[in-house]
Amino acid sequence: MVTAPENDISDIKVDSVGDFTFPERNKFDSGFGITDKTVDFIADVKNDPDWIREFRHKALKVFQDKPMPTHWATKDLENIKFDEFRYYLSDGQKPKRSWDDVPDDVKKTFDRLGIPEQERKFLAGVEAQYDSEAAYSNIKAAVAEQGVIFVNSTEGLHKHPEIFRKWFGKVIPTGDNKFSALNSAVFSGGSFIYVPPGVKVKHPLQAYFRINSEQFGQFERTLIIADEGAEVMYMEGCTAPKFETATLHSAVVELVAMKGAKIQYVTVQNWSSNVFNLVTKRGIAHEDAEVRWIDCNIGSRLTMKYPGVIMKGKRARGEVISIALANSGQHQDTGAKMVHAADDTTSNVISKSISIGQGRSTYRGLVHIPKHLKGCKNNTECDALLINSNSHTDTYPAISVRGNQHSTQHEASVSQVSADQIFYLMQRGLTEAEAMSLSVNGFINDLVKEFPMEYSVELKRLIDLEMEGSVG
Amino acid sequence: MSATLAPAHKHTPAPVSQDSDTPAPSGLEITVPVRDEKSAPGWFLARSEAAWAEFQTLPMPGIKDENWRYSNSKKIELADHTPADAPTAANTAAALAATEGLKERAARFVFVNDMLVESDTTNLPAGVVCVTFADALRDHSEVLKQHFMQREMTLGSAKFAALHLAHVRAGAVIIVPKNVAIEKPVEIFHWVVGDHAAIFPHTLIVTGDNAEVSVVDHYRSLEGEGGLSIAIADLVGGRGSKITYAACQELADDAQALHLSSIVAGRDSAIKSFQVQLGASFSRSESVSDLIGEGSRSDMLSVSLPIGEQVVDQRTLQNHKAPHASSDLLYKNALYGKSRSIFSGLITVDEGAHYTDAYQTCRNLLNSDEAEATSLPGLEISADQVKCSHGATSGPISDEELFYLKARGISDSESRKLIIEGFLAGVIERFGNGELLDTLVARIDEKLERAV
Repeated sequence: MVTAPENDISDIKVDSVGDFTFPERNKFDSGFGITDKTVDFIADVKNDPDWIREFRHKALKVFQDKPMPTHWATKDLENIKFDEFRYYLSDGQKPKRSWDDVPDDVKKTFDRLGIPEQERKFLAGVEAQYDSEAAYSNIKAAVAEQGVIFVNSTEGLHKHPEIFRKWFGKVIPTGDNKFSALNSAVFSGGSFIYVPPGVKVKHPLQAYFRINSEQFGQFERTLIIADEGAEVMYMEGCTAPKFETATLHSAVVELVAMKGAKIQYVTVQNWSSNVFNLVTKRGIAHEDAEVRWIDCNIGSRLTMKYPGVIMKGKRARGEVISIALANSGQHQDTGAKMVHAADDTTSNVISKSISIGQGRSTYRGLVHIPKHLKGCKNNTECDALLINSNSHTDTYPAISVRGNQHSTQHEASVSQVSADQIFYLMQRGLTEAEAMSLSVNGFINDLVKEFPMEYSVELKRLIDLEMEGSVG
Repeated sequence: MSATLAPAHKHTPAPVSQDSDTPAPSGLEITVPVRDEKSAPGWFLARSEAAWAEFQTLPMPGIKDENWRYSNSKKIELADHTPADAPTAANTAAALAATEGLKERAARFVFVNDMLVESDTTNLPAGVVCVTFADALRDHSEVLKQHFMQREMTLGSAKFAALHLAHVRAGAVIIVPKNVAIEKPVEIFHWVVGDHAAIFPHTLIVTGDNAEVSVVDHYRSLEGEGGLSIAIADLVGGRGSKITYAACQELADDAQALHLSSIVAGRDSAIKSFQVQLGASFSRSESVSDLIGEGSRSDMLSVSLPIGEQVVDQRTLQNHKAPHASSDLLYKNALYGKSRSIFSGLITVDEGAHYTDAYQTCRNLLNSDEAEATSLPGLEISADQVKCSHGATSGPISDEELFYLKARGISDSESRKLIIEGFLAGVIERFGNGELLDTLVARIDEKLERAV
């Protein structure tokens, strides 16, 4: 085992608010910065097989060689100091924090959302793990009975290499972008799910459900395979703010829907507002399969996330439903990527964004219909709502269609909550803020319905909360 | 302090080795512009010289340049072209014979290879300046100094604009004083003749308060292989004025065309600009509307009908800088064969440009299995009380439309032709000149015959 570099006290860096404890230097901490040694360290700790170790090293090289994509993306990326992060911390060695250290606004949000006491501590990072075993063991047992594999990615790699290796890194190659390369070099955590042919998982599987799992998050690597005719819904994140000390998050999520399978992946992202959240998510849909991304981004400083679907088999379907809410100091750069690679494939993108205060929301999309296909359809709608006069919104779609047997349409609009509408509601006794919240909830209502019940209720409350103080 | 904190591996990109296959620079890349206008003012000669230096310094836009996404700046083959030679008497006669312009016109200029061969400006109202670029340099230096190529080229062709400025000698300058309206259009023909000849036509239109003018530029090829036109139009609309401007590019199929237009809309002005792309193997237009005056309006229109392996590359910017302004863009492309179209448009609404109305629509009609349409409609909004939308569609002719016509006994091919004609004519009508509409529809018909 490689020992961690020894640093004297002046090297200890504080990478964000709330992290003021003295990090222990031992075998569970890879130290700051990212080098071949860091990668070896992680591979050693995780007891990786050789092919994964090699995969990590190659990825590191790609990460180092790739320039920042600032020729199209925000210059804010240049503020990421890669040398000031720790790329691996095992559970037991998370920086300790007491409840008193948690900022008041975060506590207030917990109150308002009605998060149970136990969960609050977990969400605030006071407790390393939220023990969900009792609540969810029935579901786990039920899905295991059906032959569903639902483990963390490390376990998946060790126990089910025959399935894992076949698909790992195949949907999103290491070199896809700088951050997928970073993830490939240092990934840890995340889920591995395999649903056998014909199995329809009734209950949504949640990232929380995993027992003894590493915390999802920082360099999460998730791989979900739904075999022929299988159906599964996966949910990650939660509506309450995750108070985070690690400010760089770069996950890679790969979905494989075999013939006739259906995967729905629901994300509610509410990282604290110091987090760079740079995520690559993509699914492959084989013949008659369907991949749906339901994505809600509320937190983080900068999120760059464009869930994609490669429709590889005939009649495959892809869908992205996206809600983004950007408050002051936030940039939600989200979108969708739809690659049609077979006949009669259809894709649908519906994106709604809300910019509050000086927040900036961006839609970036790609629709690609290459030559010699027929019967492909794409529909893209993106609507932006600006709440304040200094709010920002951008839309940058790219639609490329070849041949005369397809149809695509793209529509985008930008609007405000009209003064008339607010006046009308206030006439009926609502305060201006309530009127505004109601209007905003109306704007995204049809998309919120796509989320599971308990999420959609919390989402509405959360939006009310974000809207506070934005008017008047 | 321990040294282990420093990154162990600091990557430095390998030096780019000089590719031995790269041919030595030639043609426009190295042809130093020669200025023989004795009367040109010093500021102009200095700018022209500086532009040449800038052209040589600026790199060719690379594939990572967002303004060239899905396109390629190498499609404009500078090395293959040289500035056009003075036309022969036979060229001139042929060009004049082929110049069939509008009957109803206020004035006309005909240039061959950037040389004036005919001018007719007798029908203009008093006070209007409508002269060649060379004459304007001599007689209206101050107006030129104020308005000639004053806006930054933000859509990717700064290098080509610098080349234009270094070589420009032909074109028209039209200055319409306060409260004067020129009802009929001013028409300008630019012919290019000779193998690999390049022309650099310029159009500058400046309107005073409440003035009105309409100008039509034509870019055509006479004979010879692969011409190149790098044209720029500057449109400056004064308070309450109206400008309509059309650039009709019908160069030969093996030519290359670049048209950069810069529109500055002053308070309550209304400017309508129209791009017609029918010729050239590669044609690119970059159109920028700066809405700097409150209540100003810019209509941006375009039609194209690429066939064979033609590539049409369109970049637009609707830049809202003042409140209560509106802009409306409508670009339509009907594609055949293996042709491609790239539309990249952006609406920006600056802080403070409240009550903006901005719209952008790009519609592509794909008529063959190998035609490819790419649309990049963009929005960047930083203001309040903004009504803004964009739409982009790509698809074939709808079966319903086709059925409707066929049910009336019209053949399949005729029905398709009618639909395409109607599709494109809808845009041309918005330009609001009946004679130009008829002329262009006839040209579109001719091209459709070739396409099917």
